[in-house]
Amino acid sequence: MSYVADVGALARKDLLLELRAKETLPSMLLFVVAALAIFHFALPRGAGDTAALGLLWSALIFTALLGLTRAFVAEREQSMFDALVLAPCDRSAIWLAKALAVLAFLAAAEVVALPAFAAFFSGIGGRTIAAVALADVGIAAVGTLFGAMAVAGRARELLLPLLFLPMAIPIVVGGVGGYLWFLVLYDAIFVILAWATFEYVVAEI
Amino acid sequence: MIAARGLAKRFGDRRVFRDVELALGDGEFLLVTGPNGSGKTTLLRVLAGLAAPSAGALELPARHTIGYLGHSPQVYRELTALENLTLFGRLYRVPERAERVGMLLERFGLWEVRHERVSTFSRGMRQRLGLCRVLLHEPSLLLLDEPYNALDAQGAELLDGILDEPRTLVVATHEPQRVEHRATQRLAFA
Amino acid sequence: MTPRLKLPVLAACSTGLLGLALALVFFYAPTDADQGFSQRIFYFHVPIALTSYACFGWGAWKALRYLRTRDERADTESYVAIHQGVMFGALTLVTGSIWAKASWGVWWSWSENQLVLFLVLFLFYCAYFMLRFSVEPGSARANMSAVYALFGVVLIPVSFLAIRLSQKFIHPVVFNSHGPQMAGSQFLTFCVALAAVLALFATLYQVELAGKRIDAHLRELRELLT
Repeated sequence: MSYVADVGALARKDLLLELRAKETLPSMLLFVVAALAIFHFALPRGAGDTAALGLLWSALIFTALLGLTRAFVAEREQSMFDALVLAPCDRSAIWLAKALAVLAFLAAAEVVALPAFAAFFSGIGGRTIAAVALADVGIAAVGTLFGAMAVAGRARELLLPLLFLPMAIPIVVGGVGGYLWFLVLYDAIFVILAWATFEYVVAEI
Repeated sequence: MIAARGLAKRFGDRRVFRDVELALGDGEFLLVTGPNGSGKTTLLRVLAGLAAPSAGALELPARHTIGYLGHSPQVYRELTALENLTLFGRLYRVPERAERVGMLLERFGLWEVRHERVSTFSRGMRQRLGLCRVLLHEPSLLLLDEPYNALDAQGAELLDGILDEPRTLVVATHEPQRVEHRATQRLAFA
Repeated sequence: MTPRLKLPVLAACSTGLLGLALALVFFYAPTDADQGFSQRIFYFHVPIALTSYACFGWGAWKALRYLRTRDERADTESYVAIHQGVMFGALTLVTGSIWAKASWGVWWSWSENQLVLFLVLFLFYCAYFMLRFSVEPGSARANMSAVYALFGVVLIPVSFLAIRLSQKFIHPVVFNSHGPQMAGSQFLTFCVALAAVLALFATLYQVELAGKRIDAHLRELRELLT
């Protein structure tokens, strides 16, 4: 199927770009550990495990935001959208490939963040790990689409947090509460919506 | 190949151009001239199918038969020349991709540096790579926006050769001297 | 009804309905046993909240129409509806805050999940305007606004569900699966107030649209003259 081939070629390009530039992933890793350290000092003595869990989710969301802001920078700076949009491939393939790359970066950041959290605060169960994995799908799907929107305007990096954070609130609720079925529902709804509407975001016609 | 009547484009209240009439047949060469900021780039984007006209009728050939080179060469800086062309070769479903990529790289003098990242290229080399990208899928309609801008002398000669090939061409430039003898039609922006 | 007549008729209707609603709220509806006179703000707060949802829904519908037809007017209508929605949304937060102060003595309560939900939506739709201001007018801006409006309207039930999951029981449950838990006279007052606020939205919507249409006509005239 040529759609899968397109997504593969584009995703490979995105991963290759990051591997060479080495900007996004190291920033995310450093940021999440620093954030967790700050949160340790921000958390009052005797606060429960749930409070700490809430801070983990905050750290993850802001770390994701950091990664998402960089997602379409190459496309913007080298005016690549025109070239990609003119290709015969489906525009949604651009979104899917980028979202998969973002997912990979999120997973890599969490491989560091979750053990760090377990060391700084308390251990985490399988439920939290599953919730984080499910949340990553929603974050990647929605964040990639909004990232493309943010990059098109003047405000650029300033705009993405404004667009994304309200959408992230249900994810945090689902994550902290451990409502895995809700996260699956969120993912299903917004993955489909993002996949269907990306072509309007990236192309004028 | 291109037919336009009463074509207009505006961004909100800012009007870029209006009442543009075009009838471009196969193999013709349309030269678009005018100072910077007069709307040439916007017109080319509309003719490439990248921007929707605000008014008027426009007939264009199929998307995959169009090649468009904008102000920037539109290649990924952190990829090598070969990787860039291979990617677009895949996306444009170019048959016998490897041969075609190799042939274009040779023709534009980039074969030796095909494994170098574009970030190490000079401006002229990047523009030449952009031309490779745009010719990869053998478009029958080629839209070039200020193509001579970044080119060195060698590249300019190669481009002259491209313009001589049988193809429908639309070239926008604010220095038309080099190409005007080839033009079959002219459109001047104020 | 000719277009010229539409706006005055709407304005008259909404004025009439608002007057009637006010009369009912202050003179007809019974005083609440628990909360007393201050409970009457509920007759404004909930209709305003529902109207806000209606605005966002209408805005999303027009956004969908724009994506289908590429008609600039649909984009304008979507923008105006969402604009009104944010206004009514702000009013919801204000009246909700007043209700909270009158009922429980606090101006804001984070455990007040439905108020928090409205805050989330308010933030989301304010970002809609940031998006519009950040992009040059044209089909790109209209496309993105439309997509964002669609995300917003889908976010409403998703957030609603999220809030219910982290449920608190302070906010009095007005409607449950057995229907409104209100006496007949209260229900009548509520319905009239709802109709009044919806009519107000319809009027303001047409007024703003009329203004935008005049702008568009002016621009066309200017173009013809130059």
